[in-house]
Amino acid sequence: MPLVLRCVCEEVLSNSPGLIDMTDTVENKSAPETISRVVVRFAGDSGDGMQLTGDRFTSASAMFGNDLSTFPDFPAEIRAPAGTVNGVSSFQVQISEHDITTPGDNSNVLVVMNPAALMADIDRLEQGGLLIVNRDNFVERDLLKVGYETNPLEDGSLANYRVVEVPMTTLTIQATASLGVKPRMAERSKNFFALGMISWLYSRPRESTLDWIKSRFKDEDVRNVNTAAFNAGFHFGETTELFDHPFQVLPAHMPAGEYTNITGNMALAWGLVAAGQLAKLPVFLGSYPITPASDILHELSKNKNFAVRTVQAEDEIAAAGMALGAAFAGHLGVTATSGPGLALKSETLSLAVSLELPMLLIDIQRGGPSTGLPTKTEAADLNIAMFGRHAEAPLPIVAAYSPHHCFDAIIEAARIALKYRTPVIFLSDGYIANGSEPWKLPDVASLPDISVDFQTEFNHVAKDGSNVYWPYLRDPKTLARPWAIPGTPGLMHRVGGLEKQDGTGDIDYTPINHEKMVRLRAAKIAGIASDIPLAEIVGDADADVCILGWGSTWAAIDAAVQRTRRRGHKVAWIHLMHLSPLPPNLGELLRGFKKVIVPELNLGQLCRIVRAEYLVDAQVVSKVQGLPFTSTELENAIGSALGVFNTNQNGVDQ
Amino acid sequence: MTDAAVSLTTKKDWTSDQEVRWCPGCGDYGILLAVQTLMPELGVKPENTVFISGIGCSSRFPYYMNTYGMHGIHGRAPALATGVAVARPDLDVWVVTGDGDALSIGGNHLIHALRRNVNLTILLFNNRIYGLTKGQYSPTSELGKVTKSTPMGSVDHPFNPLALALGAEASFVARTHDLDRKHMMDTFRAAHAHRGSSFIEILQNCNVFNDGAFDEVTSRQKREEMMIDLHHGEPIRFGKDGHAGVIMGDDGQLRIVEVAEVGADAILKHDAHRNDPSLAFALARLSNGDSATSQSTWLPTPFGVFRDVVRADYSSMVSAQFTEAVSKKGPGDLKKLLKSAGTWQVN
Ligand code: SF4
Repeated sequence: MPLVLRCVCEEVLSNSPGLIDMTDTVENKSAPETISRVVVRFAGDSGDGMQLTGDRFTSASAMFGNDLSTFPDFPAEIRAPAGTVNGVSSFQVQISEHDITTPGDNSNVLVVMNPAALMADIDRLEQGGLLIVNRDNFVERDLLKVGYETNPLEDGSLANYRVVEVPMTTLTIQATASLGVKPRMAERSKNFFALGMISWLYSRPRESTLDWIKSRFKDEDVRNVNTAAFNAGFHFGETTELFDHPFQVLPAHMPAGEYTNITGNMALAWGLVAAGQLAKLPVFLGSYPITPASDILHELSKNKNFAVRTVQAEDEIAAAGMALGAAFAGHLGVTATSGPGLALKSETLSLAVSLELPMLLIDIQRGGPSTGLPTKTEAADLNIAMFGRHAEAPLPIVAAYSPHHCFDAIIEAARIALKYRTPVIFLSDGYIANGSEPWKLPDVASLPDISVDFQTEFNHVAKDGSNVYWPYLRDPKTLARPWAIPGTPGLMHRVGGLEKQDGTGDIDYTPINHEKMVRLRAAKIAGIASDIPLAEIVGDADADVCILGWGSTWAAIDAAVQRTRRRGHKVAWIHLMHLSPLPPNLGELLRGFKKVIVPELNLGQLCRIVRAEYLVDAQVVSKVQGLPFTSTELENAIGSALGVFNTNQNGVDQ
Repeated sequence: MTDAAVSLTTKKDWTSDQEVRWCPGCGDYGILLAVQTLMPELGVKPENTVFISGIGCSSRFPYYMNTYGMHGIHGRAPALATGVAVARPDLDVWVVTGDGDALSIGGNHLIHALRRNVNLTILLFNNRIYGLTKGQYSPTSELGKVTKSTPMGSVDHPFNPLALALGAEASFVARTHDLDRKHMMDTFRAAHAHRGSSFIEILQNCNVFNDGAFDEVTSRQKREEMMIDLHHGEPIRFGKDGHAGVIMGDDGQLRIVEVAEVGADAILKHDAHRNDPSLAFALARLSNGDSATSQSTWLPTPFGVFRDVVRADYSSMVSAQFTEAVSKKGPGDLKKLLKSAGTWQVN
């Protein structure tokens, strides 16, 4: 990367015509240097449009064919006080010409719109990284607001970075002056100036963003101002000497096919639509707004033409109740929430366990307890998912490991729910939900058939010789009960939370019957183990150390395992999608390793389960900061388990 | 609505094989009998009928109906039933609940089902006590009520179920009682014919924990002078030969008067179809409406249909959006959906 130091660019304030003369340098500059990957982080005030900027840069890169992974990181407040550290909203994206799974540990480039963003995110920039600063906001008032006593742009504290100061606000106002809009409006487009600049720096084709601006903004003034700001930023990169040449990240060598860039929540919503189609059932979503799950409600509400019904319920409890009512009526009943909502839905899950009806509960985990860190990620709801119901109420748990995986994983969750007539908890987290990555579209025809047969006929002959319907007469293999839905003549029956007799379903409080039913319900769930894939070892099966992961730690583990192996060390990795029941061979596999380490975004919930289940001396590697693991953290954890220490501080592939 | 084949059901077709387990003498028996007797008249089929309940004595009701049924979670019946009704607008969905179930633990679900106007017929058995848990005061128990949990008398101001339902702008609101099968059947019939949420308070005697709670009004001896039978379009008169009536005073308050003193023309005409619920609200508060008073101070109490107005029902509106989405976008095409955020080709 070029070394550009403290270029204070007064000359560009006179705008581009004067700079055209510099064609000799421009030509020189225009040949982009090819790099294999870059991590860019945009950071600004909540009102600065950083999420939009990051999103657009991501989309343009996706369209260009890079592999990528994103990490939006934003505050819980819609608009925290402007210019404060609490109000900083960031978006990190790694784009690459090879296969990547994480948004990168530290960024190579950090764009900061104000002193608060600098203070909040400077530690996320690699030493020697490129720091692009909106100089207009580094005035005394803004500096004092976050407690900078001296201007970091002037006091030498940023000497370890390559700092480029750009008066983005001023340049944006100038570039849009001829449009006759209010300066306030023009000023708001400065994020498009930044986007233009970075788009030039990384040779992103401009067309897709310009097209997007056209379709996204209905107001003509807004459209024009954003277009002008974006173009000005792009030209600014081209015509100034701040950056001596652009870079390019060539398209990644990904398997042939058609790709889209997908967030976890989008993949999840589409997966639910697909599950309905594959099950040949209408989908019913009962949901109450909660971060970070609300996008599932939004997305499904857009797709009513797929036989999808959505109800924004009065509360979390009602949302679950409606989903269960819809399941009783023959729909694929779904409710989506986050931790606090899962707690409220617990009694409904217990009823669903007792009724033995299919239902999906989606939990997009976030930092807790209580309201905790609503916009930050954590994966600490495994305990409540596994144990958070009164009495013996086991149910299956399926966890997605990355944004695109939500699509397949929710179809798998639906398959289990429908086949075994049981509620299933699906775990995702804020990092998966909001993060995005390219996804090779599946061949729709090859998706699994998960259709179910409703009971339509009597299934038993009573003592008096008459034909009757027994709602709890189980399939001997799956132990699932028949599902007869209202509207089916002759099969009228009552279900309820009171203990019922196996077979007839009549209320039965007798001691032996209760024990039989408790054990039958548990056996039904345990039996699913024979109907899920075996756990598989990735990496070296003969290694001493095995990493056991679940959920979103997948990306960081993947990168850490690859690096460790490239360094010549052996390590094995098992990543779980089914957390209840666990794959039947898991205990045997884990017992084959000297050390098992379990990275978790909690204090060791899976770790405790595998210790209890298999008597293996698994050790947890915890992180509970509202942030995903970096691959370096896990590389170091693996290193210490192996007894080899490394000094990889920057998270750079080696 | 009635077709010949359907109307052939008999009371027996609506009666399940389950042994009824309420206490002997409980008012619930009369209500069950009224519903089972009415169903064949309604021209609906047992297989298209669903009874959903919460928890409590009344909530055992679905077990005794030979229909589809669910005995749910305490307070949650309206939520469960909303799921059924929205998923399947073709079904006839009834909710059976009690004063504790609907007004205490499930208050939120009840008011939201009513405001949405989900197509449900809601039967609230009001016995002003918790029966199943053996006699604690309920959200409709009168002030000063002495129970196991209120040995010094209740200090909780009670809910007036009808006023609450009207406050939530329920489109059908009625009151009946467990001793008059014909009145119950007439009221349930009107409720069933109403599209949207129908809310019926049924004064029900719990002879074990709150015996005689409504005797001051509904006992044979008191009925004539204490029950005001509401009929749409007719002057609100009651008592022997209709000697008493209801007027609206200059201050806007409803008052009970002797017809002879004010003249028959001054008596208020009942209008159940008025869109504005304020008159229905005033009627709801006329006596039992002021349930803060103790039992000994009962005043004449209105029964029948307080409000019956046309308002689009929720299930139909959800279905209409569904149909509209299909007609605008065509039936869902998964392949198209997966490409809808923009795609690129890798060769
Ligand atoms: S406790 Fe009261 S309400 Fe319950 S069944 Fe007995 S009499 Fe009826």
